[in-house]
Amino acid sequence: MSLLEIEALRVSFPGKGFRARPHEVLHGIDLEIGHGETLGLVGESGSGKTTIGRAVLGLVKPSGGAIRFAGQEISGLRGKARRGLASHVQVVFQDPYTSLNPSMTIGDILAEPLVVHGASARDARSRVRTLLDHVGLPSDAIDRLPREFSGGQRQRVAIARALAPGPKLIVCDEPVSALDLSTQARVLDLLVDIQRETGVAYLFVSHDLAVVRHISHRVAVLYRGDLVETGDAATVTSTPEHPYTQRLLLAAPVADPATQRARREQRKQFLASTT
Amino acid sequence: MWQKILRDPQAATTLSILAVVFVLGALAPLIAPHGPNDADLGMVNAPVGTPGYPLGADESGRDILSRLLHSVNTAAVSALIGTSVAVAVGVTAGLVGGYFNRVTQSLTEWLFALLMTLPGVLLLVILMPVTGGDYRATMFIFGFLLAPGIYRIVRNLVLAVKNELYVDAARVSGLGTFRILGRHVLSIVRGPIIIAAAFMAGTAIVTQSGLAFLGVGSLEIPSFGAMISSGFRNLYIAPTQFLWPSLLLGVITASLVLLGNALRDTLEGSKPKPVKVGSGQRVVATTHVPDDEAPEALLTIRDLGIAYPGVSGELNEVVRGVNLSIAQGEVLGLVGESGSGKSQTAFSTLGVLPPEAVITSGSIRFQDREMLGLNDQQLAGVRGREIAYIPQEPMSNLDPSFRVGAQLVEGVRAATGTSKADARERVLALLDRCGISDPERTYDSYPHEISGGMAQRVLIAGAVASRPKLLIADEPTTALDVTVQAEILDLLRDLLEELDMAVLLVTHNFGLVADICDRVAVMKTGEIVEVGDTESIFAAPRHEYTRMLLDSILDEDTVRTDPPTTVEGATS
Amino acid sequence: MIPYIVRRLAAGAGLALVITLIVYLLIGTSFEDVARTILGQSATPEATAALLEARGWDRPILVQYVEWLAAALQGDFGASVYTSLPVLPEVLSRLAVTLSLIVPALLITATLSIVLGVWAASRGGVVDRIAQGVSVFGYIIPGLLLAIGLVVLFGVQLGWLPATGYTRFGDDPAGWARSITIPVIVLVVGGVANMSAQVRGRMVDELRRDYVRTLRTRGVSSRSIVLKHALRNAGSPALTVMSLEFINMFGAALIIENVFALPGFGNYAFNATLQGDIPVMLGISTFGVVLVTVVNLATDIANGWLNPKARVH
Repeated sequence: MSLLEIEALRVSFPGKGFRARPHEVLHGIDLEIGHGETLGLVGESGSGKTTIGRAVLGLVKPSGGAIRFAGQEISGLRGKARRGLASHVQVVFQDPYTSLNPSMTIGDILAEPLVVHGASARDARSRVRTLLDHVGLPSDAIDRLPREFSGGQRQRVAIARALAPGPKLIVCDEPVSALDLSTQARVLDLLVDIQRETGVAYLFVSHDLAVVRHISHRVAVLYRGDLVETGDAATVTSTPEHPYTQRLLLAAPVADPATQRARREQRKQFLASTT
Repeated sequence: MWQKILRDPQAATTLSILAVVFVLGALAPLIAPHGPNDADLGMVNAPVGTPGYPLGADESGRDILSRLLHSVNTAAVSALIGTSVAVAVGVTAGLVGGYFNRVTQSLTEWLFALLMTLPGVLLLVILMPVTGGDYRATMFIFGFLLAPGIYRIVRNLVLAVKNELYVDAARVSGLGTFRILGRHVLSIVRGPIIIAAAFMAGTAIVTQSGLAFLGVGSLEIPSFGAMISSGFRNLYIAPTQFLWPSLLLGVITASLVLLGNALRDTLEGSKPKPVKVGSGQRVVATTHVPDDEAPEALLTIRDLGIAYPGVSGELNEVVRGVNLSIAQGEVLGLVGESGSGKSQTAFSTLGVLPPEAVITSGSIRFQDREMLGLNDQQLAGVRGREIAYIPQEPMSNLDPSFRVGAQLVEGVRAATGTSKADARERVLALLDRCGISDPERTYDSYPHEISGGMAQRVLIAGAVASRPKLLIADEPTTALDVTVQAEILDLLRDLLEELDMAVLLVTHNFGLVADICDRVAVMKTGEIVEVGDTESIFAAPRHEYTRMLLDSILDEDTVRTDPPTTVEGATS
Repeated sequence: MIPYIVRRLAAGAGLALVITLIVYLLIGTSFEDVARTILGQSATPEATAALLEARGWDRPILVQYVEWLAAALQGDFGASVYTSLPVLPEVLSRLAVTLSLIVPALLITATLSIVLGVWAASRGGVVDRIAQGVSVFGYIIPGLLLAIGLVVLFGVQLGWLPATGYTRFGDDPAGWARSITIPVIVLVVGGVANMSAQVRGRMVDELRRDYVRTLRTRGVSSRSIVLKHALRNAGSPALTVMSLEFINMFGAALIIENVFALPGFGNYAFNATLQGDIPVMLGISTFGVVLVTVVNLATDIANGWLNPKARVH
């Protein structure tokens, strides 16, 4: 049995203005994620990739379809039942600057999910130390404020917060796209290490094929609310079948002058052949 | 928070004045020589200094000092009732209106918009049959009229906070709505509410005085308004009767307003101060480059230093000793991570550093002309004509209130001085050239009506309109989707060939560098660590930092190969 | 556009309906007091009852309200129960007095505020400190004290301007100008304090936006950047402040009219309320709501002109 199954998921947002028609952003998405697996979800802005993540987290309400976690339907859960899921499904957001409350210490931020689930203050504090160690932050970080840390360090705090309740699934919503190049690679390595140790599964949302290729076992490509291609990471990110994925791949410039020249030619031919 | 407030001299002074006044008011029953309504017909209009009547007596023979002290109480009660009702109603409605669903939101919004459009004092007068003229009841209703101010503050903060990712994270962590409101939202609205309360207390006191001046309510209640009214009637007989209550009312309201201002400064931090528009960048020192030494490059930057003042006024250098040169038609990539100073270097070349920034050293020469120290007017012949700029974020770089075409025409005319009709033709041709399929329509569109990719094409059209010699592009594709990014890059490359422009391309993306740059300069924390031609930087980076950056690139060949981890606890 | 205006006016009419109903319900309980006031202290209960019956005040309140409404829709707002003067012409003439005070005050306030705010935001330094000083000064002086102070100084001591009273524009334009000068100054001081600070703040924010930087790099003049681009973008919030300022002045005019003995709307409302003059109060509420609705509608339409995103299609 898969850890997470998404079936025919539809999401609509209310239209802007008075009596505007709702606007559907996902038109029936099927996905599944196994235990300890990373599913990369690639798409451009407006593709609905972030919305899938938010639907899994219960932050947006689907207008149709089902989301099952460990066999249990979760998309309709509200209130207490939904909050109970918090120890199983967690999140790391894109922007490390706004995902941590600027007025709370790192210790309080990390203890919050633990205390909610009934941990004593002392247990929480010792668990927080373990978590900080786990994500490679010094233990004196506990009494400091988010503004004292760099983007990469903050993202480590956010990862520690997600790990705190010992989840089975973490939704990673563009977790490295706001980070510098050198930090990006280190945070991705950390995520892979954590997965190997704990067996947590990732739903990894990104616009960047290179990032997705680096961390995913399988990849799904999304275009304007529809899934266009799903398959193992190597195939989808290197030799894709669908024209949109091919276009996406050819559009990303490669960091090598000669290869990029070749890619540019390839792209020109590809565009000429499709129009 | 309170320590910070008390350390501010203006806040401390006004708070002390208010404390003295209100404590004296509270002690009025004990220290006032007479009751507020004790009238002695023998003392009618007694002058200042009459024994037992240090400030004199009014037209009914009542002691002015005693009435003043009791009036302070009335003012304090008015302020207390008005402000607490406003805060209670405003905070509750703001939390409800900001946090809950759309229907609740629009309902509260509508109600408070209505409340805001009611003419306050007039309404209080019309409602006299309800309040019976009692000043406490009146101030209770006035609290509702003040509430929209608080409501707006709270709602806006809640709306802002609600979309913060940390609130989403708290929800994912299993926190209920009320815990989120309490933990993450209330802590943020506290400061602004205290500030607003200070102003509202002043408004409540002034309003109560105004109503009492009109004669609304019981004549038995001592208040500044009633005293001013009686003093006004008696102005020519005993002018001081008018003076005392006016003075005290003035001192109280002035203290409250000044306290509010001081609180705003201390709690919200000082807002950016305005500077003279067009005065150019602040330059404290430049490096003189003798003319004969000036090389033939199009743009030469020598020993550039840029600093920003820190909290205590000391200068922190963000760019140090930068040397760069760009030849005619050359594309130079300026690469670095965030905070490396690459954008600052680009802005200083354009003369558009933020007003706080200070140039601490160096020289920027463009075509043998020193650019540092020039103001906007002196730069007018160069900027837009010979040097142009393509920004990072397309939407925020178009004026939202003007049609796309009008903005471009203004730029073209400023740079070239052509007629309106010519400029229009030129802009339409440029839009067409920049890959916009329906130039007429885009020309007549407002920025919010076009897509991000389209907006970036518009900005590129604006930049190349005058066939500049140097284009400064600050992360021109970063805000765009990958497929759009590739199209924009194609457009840029075509334009470069066509117009033979030199480019300073600021970017963090080595793919972009590989695609378009002839040479590369790598920046790290304000300094340039390596410059070289693109091929050799990629093939054989000399500096350790460049190597580290290149190694960090997630290349095409690294695909994850290890299988999903199966952990023993996975089935539990 | 026209359906939008019709919709907004209809909403205003609905609001007027609700407010007059509330006023009716609030005052409806005190008909007996009003009857006794009219008849004097010595009125017998029989005489009071007879008056109530004669005026129709003994019937259910809703019935009376519907009757009033039916008449009002035909332009008949009844007459004052004390003076028997018809309400409509009186309300309109009082409104004219108040508006002849507020409209010049608002125009002067807006002009001064924009000049001061824009000047401060685009010059900085000393100019900015002066503008902020002006604003703080206007804030800390209660309007009532300023009004009395100015009357004493210019009206009484120097005798340059009439201390109290009102001259109709039609009768003597110069006299009208003299009679509203001090009240207008009082309104302007309070208004400028608020509005110039708002304009300055918005302008400071606008001048730091990205599009300003881009315009500068295209060689667009500082003058155009400040007066055309930044001011237009700062204009729509400033307009909202202006409409609130109008309503604020409308309320504050009550006290000013009292100090200067002007036969304005606020004064009229005040006396009617003190006496419980029901037809007058209803007329005042109706026209008050109409005025507020029209001002808000005008603000929104002007806002749409300034700000294309807020435009109604």
